[in-house]
Amino acid sequence: MFKRLSEASGRVLSFTFDGQPLEGREGDSLAAALLAGGVGVFRTTVPSDASRGPYCLMGVCFDCLVEVDGVANRQACMIPLREGMCVTPQRRARQLGE
Amino acid sequence: MRRDYDVAVVGAGLVGAAIAYGLAKDGRRVCLLDEGDIALRASRANFALVWVQTKGHGYPPYAILTHRSASLWSSFAQEVEAETGVDLGFQQPGGFTFALSEEELEGRRRILDEVQAQPGVPDLGSRIVLRNELISLIPEAGPEVVGASYCAKDGHCNSPRLLLALHRGFGMRGGDLLTNRTVETITAGRDGFSILGEGEEIQAGKIVLAAGLGNIRLAPMVGLDAPLQPLKGQLIVTEKVRPFLHYPLVNLRQTDEGGVMIGSSMEDMGFDTSSVVPVVANMAKRAIRLFPLLAEANIVRSWAGLRIMTPDGFPLYEQSQEAPGAFLCNCHSGVTLAAAHAGDLAQAIGRGNLDGFGAFSGERLRVQAAQ
Ligand SMILES: Cc1cc2nc3c(=O)[nH]c(=O)nc-3n(C[C@H](O)[C@H](O)[C@H](O)COP(=O)(O)OP(=O)(O)OC[C@H]3O[C@@H](n4cnc5c(N)ncnc54)[C@H](O)[C@@H]3O)c2cc1C
Repeated sequence: MFKRLSEASGRVLSFTFDGQPLEGREGDSLAAALLAGGVGVFRTTVPSDASRGPYCLMGVCFDCLVEVDGVANRQACMIPLREGMCVTPQRRARQLGE
Repeated sequence: MRRDYDVAVVGAGLVGAAIAYGLAKDGRRVCLLDEGDIALRASRANFALVWVQTKGHGYPPYAILTHRSASLWSSFAQEVEAETGVDLGFQQPGGFTFALSEEELEGRRRILDEVQAQPGVPDLGSRIVLRNELISLIPEAGPEVVGASYCAKDGHCNSPRLLLALHRGFGMRGGDLLTNRTVETITAGRDGFSILGEGEEIQAGKIVLAAGLGNIRLAPMVGLDAPLQPLKGQLIVTEKVRPFLHYPLVNLRQTDEGGVMIGSSMEDMGFDTSSVVPVVANMAKRAIRLFPLLAEANIVRSWAGLRIMTPDGFPLYEQSQEAPGAFLCNCHSGVTLAAAHAGDLAQAIGRGNLDGFGAFSGERLRVQAAQ
Protein backbone atom coordinates (compact mmCIF):
# COMPACT_ATOMS: atom_id res chain seq x y z
CA MET A 1 0.00 0.00 0.00
CA PHE A 2 2.84 2.41 0.84
CA LYS A 3 5.86 3.14 -1.36
CA ARG A 4 9.01 4.96 -0.39
CA LEU A 5 9.62 8.25 -2.16
CA SER A 6 13.30 7.50 -2.46
CA GLU A 7 15.14 4.24 -1.88
CA ALA A 8 18.46 5.99 -1.60
CA SER A 9 18.28 7.51 1.86
CA GLY A 10 19.21 5.81 5.13
CA ARG A 11 21.02 2.65 6.14
CA VAL A 12 18.93 -0.56 6.04
CA LEU A 13 17.83 -1.82 9.51
CA SER A 14 16.41 -5.29 10.22
CA PHE A 15 13.71 -5.95 12.79
CA THR A 16 10.84 -8.37 13.39
CA PHE A 17 7.09 -7.95 13.70
CA ASP A 18 5.16 -10.84 15.22
CA GLY A 19 8.12 -13.07 14.38
CA GLN A 20 8.31 -12.01 10.71
CA PRO A 21 11.60 -10.44 9.57
CA LEU A 22 11.20 -6.93 8.09
CA GLU A 23 13.50 -4.19 6.89
CA GLY A 24 13.29 -0.43 7.31
CA ARG A 25 15.58 2.56 6.93
CA GLU A 26 17.51 4.53 9.46
CA GLY A 27 15.45 7.64 10.20
CA ASP A 28 12.11 5.80 9.87
CA SER A 29 9.75 5.88 12.78
CA LEU A 30 8.79 2.36 13.78
CA ALA A 31 5.26 3.07 12.51
CA ALA A 32 6.54 4.20 9.11
CA ALA A 33 8.79 1.16 8.82
CA LEU A 34 5.90 -1.19 9.66
CA LEU A 35 3.58 0.52 7.17
CA ALA A 36 6.26 0.41 4.49
CA GLY A 37 6.68 -3.28 5.30
CA GLY A 38 3.00 -3.89 4.57
CA VAL A 39 1.73 -4.17 8.16
CA GLY A 40 -1.80 -2.73 8.54
CA VAL A 41 -3.00 -3.99 11.90
CA PHE A 42 -0.81 -2.85 14.80
CA ARG A 43 -3.10 -3.50 17.74
CA THR A 44 -6.58 -4.55 18.81
CA THR A 45 -8.91 -2.44 20.93
CA VAL A 46 -9.44 -2.85 24.66
CA PRO A 47 -13.21 -3.34 24.77
CA SER A 48 -13.91 -5.34 21.60
CA ASP A 49 -10.63 -6.69 20.19
CA ALA A 50 -11.25 -4.77 16.93
CA SER A 51 -8.25 -4.19 14.62
CA ARG A 52 -6.48 -0.82 14.55
CA GLY A 53 -3.58 0.78 12.75
CA PRO A 54 -1.87 4.18 12.79
CA TYR A 55 -4.14 7.12 12.21
CA CYS A 56 -2.57 10.41 13.27
CA LEU A 57 1.14 9.48 13.06
CA MET A 58 1.93 12.28 15.48
CA GLY A 59 1.49 10.85 18.97
CA VAL A 60 -2.11 11.69 19.61
CA CYS A 61 -4.45 8.86 18.63
CA PHE A 62 -2.78 5.87 20.33
CA ASP A 63 -3.95 3.60 17.52
CA CYS A 64 -0.42 2.49 16.60
CA LEU A 65 0.35 0.80 19.94
CA VAL A 66 2.73 -2.14 19.80
CA GLU A 67 4.92 -4.10 22.18
CA VAL A 68 8.61 -3.30 21.68
CA ASP A 69 11.28 -5.58 23.16
CA GLY A 70 8.83 -6.74 25.83
CA VAL A 71 7.48 -3.30 26.75
CA ALA A 72 3.75 -2.99 26.11
CA ASN A 73 1.66 -0.06 24.84
CA ARG A 74 4.38 1.83 22.99
CA GLN A 75 3.42 4.37 20.36
CA ALA A 76 5.09 3.14 17.16
CA CYS A 77 4.86 6.58 15.56
CA MET A 78 6.95 8.15 18.35
CA ILE A 79 9.80 5.62 18.34
CA PRO A 80 12.73 5.71 15.89
CA LEU A 81 13.42 2.34 14.29
CA ARG A 82 16.49 0.56 15.68
CA GLU A 83 18.44 -2.44 14.40
CA GLY A 84 17.14 -5.74 15.83
CA MET A 85 13.93 -4.48 17.40
CA CYS A 86 11.54 -7.23 18.39
CA VAL A 87 8.03 -5.90 17.85
CA THR A 88 4.69 -7.60 18.46
CA PRO A 89 1.13 -6.32 18.08
CA GLN A 90 -0.55 -4.88 21.17
CA ARG A 91 -3.47 -7.18 21.81
CA ARG A 92 -6.20 -5.52 23.88
CA ALA A 93 -5.16 -3.99 27.21
CA ARG A 94 -1.81 -4.47 28.76
CA GLN A 95 -1.45 -6.77 31.75
CA LEU A 96 0.43 -5.17 34.63
CA GLY A 97 2.72 -7.25 36.81
CA GLU A 98 3.65 -9.90 34.24
CA MET B 1 -45.74 38.41 32.66
CA ARG B 2 -45.12 35.97 29.82
CA ARG B 3 -43.88 32.58 31.02
CA ASP B 4 -41.59 30.51 28.81
CA TYR B 5 -40.74 27.88 31.42
CA ASP B 6 -41.95 26.69 34.79
CA VAL B 7 -38.35 26.42 35.96
CA ALA B 8 -35.04 27.69 34.59
CA VAL B 9 -31.93 25.97 35.89
CA VAL B 10 -28.69 27.92 35.45
CA GLY B 11 -25.61 25.69 35.06
CA ALA B 12 -25.59 22.32 33.30
CA GLY B 13 -22.86 20.66 35.37
CA LEU B 14 -23.72 17.59 37.43
CA VAL B 15 -25.68 19.56 40.01
CA GLY B 16 -27.84 21.55 37.58
CA ALA B 17 -28.26 18.63 35.19
CA ALA B 18 -29.38 16.24 37.95
CA ILE B 19 -31.88 18.74 39.34
CA ALA B 20 -33.20 19.63 35.87
CA TYR B 21 -33.53 15.95 34.99
CA GLY B 22 -35.55 15.38 38.16
CA LEU B 23 -37.71 18.46 37.63
CA ALA B 24 -38.52 17.52 34.03
CA LYS B 25 -39.97 14.19 35.17
CA ASP B 26 -43.37 15.49 36.19
CA GLY B 27 -44.25 17.25 32.95
CA ARG B 28 -42.89 20.63 34.00
CA ARG B 29 -41.46 22.86 31.32
CA VAL B 30 -37.82 23.21 32.27
CA CYS B 31 -34.83 24.83 30.60
CA LEU B 32 -31.19 24.33 31.48
CA LEU B 33 -28.80 27.16 30.62
CA ASP B 34 -25.06 26.67 30.32
CA GLU B 35 -21.94 28.47 29.15
CA GLY B 36 -19.72 27.53 26.23
CA ASP B 37 -16.96 24.93 26.11
CA ILE B 38 -14.31 26.96 27.88
CA ALA B 39 -16.21 27.17 31.16
CA LEU B 40 -14.81 26.09 34.53
CA ARG B 41 -16.50 22.76 35.14
CA ALA B 42 -15.82 20.56 38.12
CA SER B 43 -18.19 18.09 36.48
CA ARG B 44 -15.71 17.46 33.67
CA ALA B 45 -12.71 17.04 35.96
CA ASN B 46 -13.76 14.89 38.88
CA PHE B 47 -12.76 11.53 40.28
CA ALA B 48 -16.19 9.86 39.89
CA LEU B 49 -16.56 8.39 43.35
CA VAL B 50 -19.87 7.82 45.07
CA TRP B 51 -18.27 8.22 48.45
CA VAL B 52 -19.68 7.91 51.93
CA GLN B 53 -17.14 6.74 54.51
CA THR B 54 -16.21 9.98 56.21
CA LYS B 55 -18.55 12.50 54.63
CA GLY B 56 -20.33 14.61 57.20
CA HIS B 57 -17.67 14.30 59.87
CA GLY B 58 -18.72 17.06 62.23
CA TYR B 59 -22.09 17.61 60.54
CA PRO B 60 -24.53 14.68 60.83
CA PRO B 61 -27.14 16.04 58.36
CA TYR B 62 -24.50 15.77 55.62
CA ALA B 63 -23.58 12.22 56.62
CA ILE B 64 -27.28 11.32 56.48
CA LEU B 65 -27.81 13.00 53.09
CA THR B 66 -24.73 11.32 51.63
CA HIS B 67 -25.82 7.92 52.91
CA ARG B 68 -29.28 8.49 51.45
CA SER B 69 -27.93 9.44 48.04
CA ALA B 70 -25.54 6.49 47.94
CA SER B 71 -28.45 4.21 48.86
CA LEU B 72 -30.55 5.64 46.01
CA TRP B 73 -27.72 5.50 43.47
CA SER B 74 -28.31 2.03 42.13
CA SER B 75 -32.01 2.58 41.33
CA PHE B 76 -31.15 6.05 40.03
CA ALA B 77 -28.53 4.52 37.70
CA GLN B 78 -31.01 1.91 36.48
CA GLU B 79 -33.60 4.57 35.71
CA VAL B 80 -31.13 6.79 33.84
CA GLU B 81 -29.66 3.86 31.91
CA ALA B 82 -33.08 2.52 30.94
CA GLU B 83 -34.19 5.93 29.68
CA THR B 84 -31.04 6.98 27.88
CA GLY B 85 -29.21 3.80 26.94
CA VAL B 86 -26.00 5.23 28.43
CA ASP B 87 -24.02 2.83 30.61
CA LEU B 88 -23.03 4.71 33.76
CA GLY B 89 -20.50 2.08 34.79
CA PHE B 90 -21.82 2.26 38.34
CA GLN B 91 -20.44 -0.22 40.84
CA GLN B 92 -20.87 -0.26 44.59
CA PRO B 93 -18.63 -2.99 45.96
CA GLY B 94 -17.61 -0.85 48.95
CA GLY B 95 -14.51 1.31 48.98
CA PHE B 96 -11.20 1.58 50.81
CA THR B 97 -8.82 4.18 52.12
CA PHE B 98 -5.43 2.52 52.54
CA ALA B 99 -3.19 3.37 55.47
CA LEU B 100 0.60 3.29 55.08
CA SER B 101 1.37 3.37 58.82
CA GLU B 102 -0.20 2.31 62.11
CA GLU B 103 -0.69 5.97 62.86
CA GLU B 104 -2.64 6.55 59.65
CA LEU B 105 -4.73 3.47 60.37
CA GLU B 106 -5.48 4.71 63.89
CA GLY B 107 -6.58 8.02 62.38
CA ARG B 108 -8.92 6.19 60.03
CA ARG B 109 -10.36 4.17 62.91
CA ARG B 110 -11.03 7.31 64.91
CA ILE B 111 -12.76 9.15 62.08
CA LEU B 112 -14.97 6.17 61.14
CA ASP B 113 -16.06 5.85 64.77
CA GLU B 114 -16.73 9.55 65.12
CA VAL B 115 -18.84 9.75 61.95
CA GLN B 116 -20.86 6.68 62.91
CA ALA B 117 -21.43 7.91 66.49
CA GLN B 118 -23.11 11.14 65.39
CA PRO B 119 -26.83 11.38 66.21
CA GLY B 120 -29.18 10.12 63.50
CA VAL B 121 -26.48 8.65 61.25
CA PRO B 122 -27.67 5.25 59.91
CA ASP B 123 -25.41 2.21 59.94
CA LEU B 124 -22.81 3.07 57.28
CA GLY B 125 -21.36 -0.44 57.15
CA SER B 126 -17.88 0.89 57.71
CA ARG B 127 -15.01 -0.79 59.53
CA ILE B 128 -11.26 -1.17 59.71
CA VAL B 129 -9.77 -3.98 57.64
CA LEU B 130 -6.38 -5.27 58.71
CA ARG B 131 -3.61 -6.21 56.31
CA ASN B 132 -4.24 -9.98 56.19
CA GLU B 133 -7.86 -9.61 55.23
CA LEU B 134 -7.08 -6.76 52.88
CA ILE B 135 -4.51 -8.83 50.99
CA SER B 136 -7.05 -11.59 50.51
CA LEU B 137 -9.40 -9.05 48.87
CA ILE B 138 -6.76 -7.00 47.04
CA PRO B 139 -3.60 -9.07 46.55
CA GLU B 140 -1.87 -6.28 44.61
CA ALA B 141 -1.72 -3.98 47.67
CA GLY B 142 1.89 -3.00 48.43
CA PRO B 143 4.02 -4.25 51.36
CA GLU B 144 3.78 -0.92 53.18
CA VAL B 145 -0.02 -1.04 53.39
CA VAL B 146 -0.91 -1.87 57.01
CA GLY B 147 -4.66 -1.87 56.60
CA ALA B 148 -7.56 0.25 55.40
CA SER B 149 -10.84 1.79 56.31
CA TYR B 150 -13.77 0.30 54.42
CA CYS B 151 -17.35 1.38 53.84
CA ALA B 152 -19.88 -0.88 52.15
CA LYS B 153 -21.78 2.09 50.66
CA ASP B 154 -18.83 3.42 48.67
CA GLY B 155 -18.78 3.03 44.91
CA HIS B 156 -17.83 4.70 41.66
CA CYS B 157 -19.12 5.38 38.17
CA ASN B 158 -18.09 6.80 34.82
CA SER B 159 -18.71 10.47 35.47
CA PRO B 160 -18.36 11.89 31.93
CA ARG B 161 -21.04 9.41 30.90
CA LEU B 162 -23.16 10.41 33.90
CA LEU B 163 -23.13 14.01 32.72
CA LEU B 164 -23.89 12.96 29.14
CA ALA B 165 -26.77 10.75 30.29
CA LEU B 166 -28.32 13.47 32.45
CA HIS B 167 -28.23 15.90 29.53
CA ARG B 168 -29.71 13.32 27.20
CA GLY B 169 -32.34 12.15 29.68
CA PHE B 170 -33.33 15.74 30.41
CA GLY B 171 -33.90 16.29 26.67
CA MET B 172 -35.85 13.05 26.36
CA ARG B 173 -38.11 14.18 29.21
CA GLY B 174 -38.93 17.28 27.21
CA GLY B 175 -36.44 19.73 28.72
CA ASP B 176 -34.58 22.37 26.69
CA LEU B 177 -30.79 22.43 27.11
CA LEU B 178 -29.54 25.83 25.96
CA THR B 179 -25.76 26.03 25.65
CA ASN B 180 -23.60 29.08 24.95
CA ARG B 181 -26.07 30.96 27.12
CA THR B 182 -24.06 32.65 29.83
CA VAL B 183 -26.62 34.24 32.12
CA GLU B 184 -25.74 37.89 32.70
CA THR B 185 -28.61 39.30 34.73
CA ILE B 186 -31.57 37.93 36.63
CA THR B 187 -34.46 40.14 37.63
CA ALA B 188 -37.14 39.00 40.06
CA GLY B 189 -40.63 40.10 39.04
CA ARG B 190 -43.99 39.67 40.74
CA ASP B 191 -44.66 36.15 39.49
CA GLY B 192 -41.36 34.95 38.18
CA PHE B 193 -37.90 35.73 36.93
CA SER B 194 -36.55 37.38 33.86
CA ILE B 195 -33.22 35.89 32.80
CA LEU B 196 -30.97 37.67 30.36
CA GLY B 197 -27.97 36.19 28.62
CA GLU B 198 -26.28 36.39 25.20
CA GLY B 199 -28.94 38.83 24.01
CA GLU B 200 -31.86 36.49 24.75
CA GLU B 201 -34.44 36.89 27.48
CA ILE B 202 -36.28 34.04 29.16
CA GLN B 203 -39.15 34.24 31.64
CA ALA B 204 -39.51 31.46 34.18
CA GLY B 205 -41.67 30.86 37.23
CA LYS B 206 -38.77 29.59 39.30
CA ILE B 207 -35.02 29.75 38.97
CA VAL B 208 -32.40 27.34 40.27
CA LEU B 209 -28.85 28.66 40.55
CA ALA B 210 -26.60 25.66 39.97
CA ALA B 211 -23.78 27.49 38.22
CA GLY B 212 -20.98 26.13 40.43
CA LEU B 213 -18.49 28.90 41.12
CA GLY B 214 -20.60 31.10 38.81
CA ASN B 215 -23.12 31.29 41.67
CA ILE B 216 -20.82 33.74 43.47
CA ARG B 217 -21.80 36.37 40.91
CA LEU B 218 -25.41 35.30 40.29
CA ALA B 219 -26.70 34.74 43.84
CA PRO B 220 -26.87 38.43 44.91
CA MET B 221 -29.16 39.16 41.93
CA VAL B 222 -31.92 37.25 43.73
CA GLY B 223 -31.06 38.18 47.32
CA LEU B 224 -28.88 35.15 48.06
CA ASP B 225 -25.25 34.76 49.04
CA ALA B 226 -22.85 32.10 47.72
CA PRO B 227 -19.62 32.34 49.73
CA LEU B 228 -17.71 29.80 47.62
CA GLN B 229 -13.99 29.21 47.13
CA PRO B 230 -12.25 27.20 44.42
CA LEU B 231 -10.02 24.38 45.69
CA LYS B 232 -7.77 22.94 43.04
CA GLY B 233 -7.41 19.21 42.54
CA GLN B 234 -5.08 17.43 40.13
CA LEU B 235 -5.69 14.00 38.68
CA ILE B 236 -3.72 11.44 36.70
CA VAL B 237 -4.88 8.65 34.44
CA THR B 238 -2.72 5.79 33.19
CA GLU B 239 -2.96 3.82 30.01
CA LYS B 240 -5.70 1.20 29.94
CA VAL B 241 -4.63 -2.03 31.57
CA ARG B 242 -6.40 -5.32 32.21
CA PRO B 243 -8.71 -5.20 35.24
CA PHE B 244 -6.82 -5.89 38.47
CA LEU B 245 -8.56 -3.67 41.02
CA HIS B 246 -12.19 -4.38 41.78
CA TYR B 247 -12.75 -1.81 44.53
CA PRO B 248 -12.43 1.99 44.45
CA LEU B 249 -10.00 3.67 46.84
CA VAL B 250 -10.47 7.27 47.91
CA ASN B 251 -7.43 8.28 45.85
CA LEU B 252 -7.03 5.50 43.30
CA ARG B 253 -9.43 3.48 41.18
CA GLN B 254 -9.48 1.50 37.97
CA THR B 255 -12.14 2.79 35.63
CA ASP B 256 -14.62 0.59 33.80
CA GLU B 257 -12.51 1.18 30.68
CA GLY B 258 -9.24 0.04 32.27
CA GLY B 259 -7.32 3.26 32.98
CA VAL B 260 -6.14 3.77 36.54
CA MET B 261 -7.12 7.17 37.95
CA ILE B 262 -4.96 8.64 40.67
CA GLY B 263 -6.29 11.57 42.64
CA SER B 264 -6.60 14.18 43.96
CA SER B 265 -4.43 16.92 45.33
CA MET B 266 -5.93 19.74 47.37
CA GLU B 267 -4.38 23.09 46.57
CA ASP B 268 -5.59 26.54 47.43
CA MET B 269 -4.53 28.24 44.18
CA GLY B 270 -7.42 30.55 43.30
CA PHE B 271 -8.76 29.97 39.79
CA ASP B 272 -5.54 28.42 38.45
CA THR B 273 -6.20 25.14 36.60
CA SER B 274 -2.70 24.34 35.37
CA SER B 275 -1.23 20.87 35.68
CA VAL B 276 1.95 20.99 37.79
CA VAL B 277 4.57 18.25 37.57
CA PRO B 278 5.93 18.11 41.19
CA VAL B 279 2.42 17.71 42.60
CA VAL B 280 1.50 15.05 40.09
CA ALA B 281 4.84 13.28 40.70
CA ASN B 282 4.11 13.06 44.44
CA MET B 283 0.69 11.60 43.76
CA ALA B 284 2.25 9.03 41.43
CA LYS B 285 4.87 8.11 44.06
CA ARG B 286 2.24 7.48 46.69
CA ALA B 287 0.19 5.45 44.21
CA ILE B 288 3.19 3.18 43.63
CA ARG B 289 3.49 2.62 47.39
CA LEU B 290 -0.18 1.57 47.42
CA PHE B 291 0.19 -0.62 44.30
CA PRO B 292 3.81 -1.36 43.32
CA LEU B 293 2.72 -2.85 39.99
CA LEU B 294 1.75 0.66 38.88
CA ALA B 295 5.44 1.53 38.57
CA GLU B 296 5.28 -0.05 35.10
CA ALA B 297 2.18 1.80 33.97
CA ASN B 298 2.45 4.77 31.64
CA ILE B 299 0.65 7.98 32.52
CA VAL B 300 -1.29 9.23 29.53
CA ARG B 301 -2.85 12.38 30.94
CA SER B 302 -3.00 14.63 33.97
CA TRP B 303 -5.33 17.57 34.56
CA ALA B 304 -6.71 19.86 37.20
CA GLY B 305 -10.19 20.91 38.25
CA LEU B 306 -11.63 23.32 40.75
CA ARG B 307 -13.69 22.00 43.63
CA ILE B 308 -16.54 24.23 44.64
CA MET B 309 -16.09 24.68 48.36
CA THR B 310 -18.46 26.27 50.85
CA PRO B 311 -16.79 27.67 53.98
CA ASP B 312 -17.51 24.49 55.99
CA GLY B 313 -17.39 22.06 53.04
CA PHE B 314 -21.05 21.04 53.35
CA PRO B 315 -23.74 21.62 50.70
CA LEU B 316 -25.69 24.82 50.41
CA TYR B 317 -29.36 24.58 49.42
CA GLU B 318 -31.43 27.65 50.06
CA GLN B 319 -34.52 29.46 48.82
CA SER B 320 -34.36 33.23 48.66
CA GLN B 321 -36.56 35.01 51.19
CA GLU B 322 -36.34 38.22 49.22
CA ALA B 323 -37.28 36.53 45.91
CA PRO B 324 -39.16 33.30 46.69
CA GLY B 325 -38.88 30.80 43.85
CA ALA B 326 -35.14 31.39 43.51
CA PHE B 327 -33.00 28.52 44.80
CA LEU B 328 -29.27 28.24 45.40
CA CYS B 329 -27.67 24.79 45.01
CA ASN B 330 -23.98 24.16 45.60
CA CYS B 331 -22.08 21.21 46.88
CA HIS B 332 -18.70 19.63 46.71
CA SER B 333 -19.73 16.05 45.88
CA GLY B 334 -21.93 16.31 42.85
CA VAL B 335 -21.38 12.73 41.71
CA THR B 336 -22.22 11.22 45.09
CA LEU B 337 -25.23 13.45 45.56
CA ALA B 338 -26.60 13.14 42.00
CA ALA B 339 -29.22 10.59 43.06
CA ALA B 340 -30.51 12.81 45.87
CA HIS B 341 -30.42 15.87 43.63
CA ALA B 342 -32.45 14.20 40.87
CA GLY B 343 -34.86 12.79 43.46
CA ASP B 344 -35.53 14.49 46.80
CA LEU B 345 -34.04 17.89 45.99
CA ALA B 346 -35.76 18.25 42.60
CA GLN B 347 -39.05 17.32 44.25
CA ALA B 348 -38.56 19.88 47.01
CA ILE B 349 -37.79 22.60 44.48
CA GLY B 350 -40.81 21.54 42.43
CA ARG B 351 -42.99 21.81 45.55
CA GLY B 352 -41.56 25.21 46.26
CA ASN B 353 -40.16 24.59 49.71
CA LEU B 354 -36.96 23.01 50.93
CA ASP B 355 -38.51 21.23 53.91
CA GLY B 356 -36.16 18.43 54.80
CA PHE B 357 -33.13 20.40 53.59
CA GLY B 358 -33.23 23.06 56.32
CA ALA B 359 -29.86 21.99 57.71
CA PHE B 360 -28.23 23.04 54.44
CA SER B 361 -29.39 26.65 54.25
CA GLY B 362 -26.80 29.42 54.52
CA GLU B 363 -28.21 30.21 57.95
CA ARG B 364 -25.59 27.97 59.61
CA LEU B 365 -22.80 29.98 57.99
CA ARG B 366 -24.28 33.30 59.06
CA VAL B 367 -24.63 31.97 62.61
CA GLN B 368 -21.01 30.78 62.59
CA ALA B 369 -19.87 34.14 61.25
CA ALA B 370 -21.79 36.07 63.91
CA GLN B 371 -20.25 34.04 66.74
C1 LIG C 1 -10.48 17.15 41.24
C2 LIG C 1 -11.90 16.92 41.64
C3 LIG C 1 -12.31 15.66 42.06
C4 LIG C 1 -13.63 15.43 42.44
N1 LIG C 1 -14.01 14.17 42.79
C5 LIG C 1 -15.30 13.92 43.11
C6 LIG C 1 -15.73 12.60 43.40
O1 LIG C 1 -14.95 11.65 43.34
N2 LIG C 1 -17.02 12.41 43.78
C7 LIG C 1 -17.92 13.44 43.85
O2 LIG C 1 -19.07 13.21 44.21
N3 LIG C 1 -17.54 14.69 43.54
C8 LIG C 1 -16.27 14.96 43.16
N4 LIG C 1 -15.89 16.23 42.82
C9 LIG C 1 -16.88 17.29 42.91
C10 LIG C 1 -17.82 17.33 41.74
O3 LIG C 1 -17.10 17.30 40.54
C11 LIG C 1 -18.63 18.61 41.87
O4 LIG C 1 -19.35 18.58 43.06
C12 LIG C 1 -19.63 18.79 40.79
O5 LIG C 1 -19.07 18.58 39.53
C13 LIG C 1 -20.18 20.19 40.87
O6 LIG C 1 -21.08 20.35 39.84
P1 LIG C 1 -21.71 21.74 39.55
O7 LIG C 1 -22.76 21.48 38.54
O8 LIG C 1 -22.11 22.40 40.81
O9 LIG C 1 -20.51 22.64 38.99
P2 LIG C 1 -19.76 22.69 37.58
O10 LIG C 1 -19.45 21.37 37.04
O11 LIG C 1 -18.64 23.65 37.76
O12 LIG C 1 -20.83 23.29 36.62
C14 LIG C 1 -21.26 24.61 36.71
C15 LIG C 1 -21.83 24.97 35.38
O13 LIG C 1 -22.42 26.27 35.47
C16 LIG C 1 -22.14 26.95 34.29
N5 LIG C 1 -22.23 28.39 34.54
C17 LIG C 1 -21.46 29.14 35.36
N6 LIG C 1 -21.84 30.43 35.30
C18 LIG C 1 -22.88 30.48 34.44
C19 LIG C 1 -23.70 31.53 33.96
N7 LIG C 1 -23.54 32.79 34.36
N8 LIG C 1 -24.65 31.23 33.04
C20 LIG C 1 -24.84 29.95 32.61
N9 LIG C 1 -24.10 28.92 33.06
C21 LIG C 1 -23.13 29.18 33.95
C22 LIG C 1 -20.76 26.49 33.88
O14 LIG C 1 -20.60 26.65 32.48
C23 LIG C 1 -20.77 25.04 34.29
O15 LIG C 1 -21.16 24.19 33.24
C24 LIG C 1 -14.57 16.50 42.43
C25 LIG C 1 -14.18 17.75 41.99
C26 LIG C 1 -12.86 17.98 41.59
C27 LIG C 1 -12.48 19.33 41.12
